[in-house]
Amino acid sequence: MLEAIVFYTLAVFTLGFGVLVITARNTVHSVLFLVANFLCVAVLYVALAAEFLAVIQVLVYAGGIVVLYLFVVMLVNLKAIPEARVDPRRRSRLGFVLAAALLAEVSAILVYAGSRSPMAPAPGAPATPAPGNTETVGWLLYTDYLVPFEVASVLLLVAMIGAILLARKQEA
Amino acid sequence: MVPITPYHYLVLSAALFTIGVLGVMLRRNVIIIFMSIELMLNAVNINLAAFSQQWQNAIGQVFAIFVIAVAAAEAAVGLGIILAFFRNKDTLNVDEMNTLRW
Repeated sequence: MLEAIVFYTLAVFTLGFGVLVITARNTVHSVLFLVANFLCVAVLYVALAAEFLAVIQVLVYAGGIVVLYLFVVMLVNLKAIPEARVDPRRRSRLGFVLAAALLAEVSAILVYAGSRSPMAPAPGAPATPAPGNTETVGWLLYTDYLVPFEVASVLLLVAMIGAILLARKQEA
Repeated sequence: MVPITPYHYLVLSAALFTIGVLGVMLRRNVIIIFMSIELMLNAVNINLAAFSQQWQNAIGQVFAIFVIAVAAAEAAVGLGIILAFFRNKDTLNVDEMNTLRW
């Protein structure tokens, strides 16, 4: 019962903030709604017993990426830009139709899968109490997924160098 | 009241993903489009965490962490490109980013 209340409240907030992100006129407001959305998703992770993922979500998304967005929004002075011109070839209604088609498609898949095999909670649940979530994830990261983990660190290094090179002022 | 199953999380994730797609399709501000992409990545992560809980297997969470790492790299490089573009063209409108369009 409590779980249901928590889930539905969080679902409403997550979707509501998501809609506000894409509808807000002011880009700074959009970024702030994005933070709220990320925090709601972090609580959803806690409800899903993924505590480590929730902490990473708050640290990396709400703490790191969003600050990056805020910096860029403040660096580009949007007030100075005249009202954006609309490309006459742009068809917004087509975008709506395509997004609705995508939603219909995903819903059809969900309904079909749900009717075929109702999701039983935890079919292969271990009999012994599982170790802590952080311990499990850390163990997997440093044993089975060590190579992807190191590749991800190299990717982040390359992205850092690339971002510095791209955003640097050109002296030429 | 029905208990909350991973199915509920899948429906939520599908809705969040569609909101992200709508943002990419309808907005012209390239920063908003980037944020919509982050929304979609979050929807995927909710899926991964839900399946991870259903199978009592932490591999889904490991994959979600990789997705977050790639999202961080994507945000850094993408925002660098946006800054460089804004410096050259003084606009954030994707309709005016057509130098490479035939």
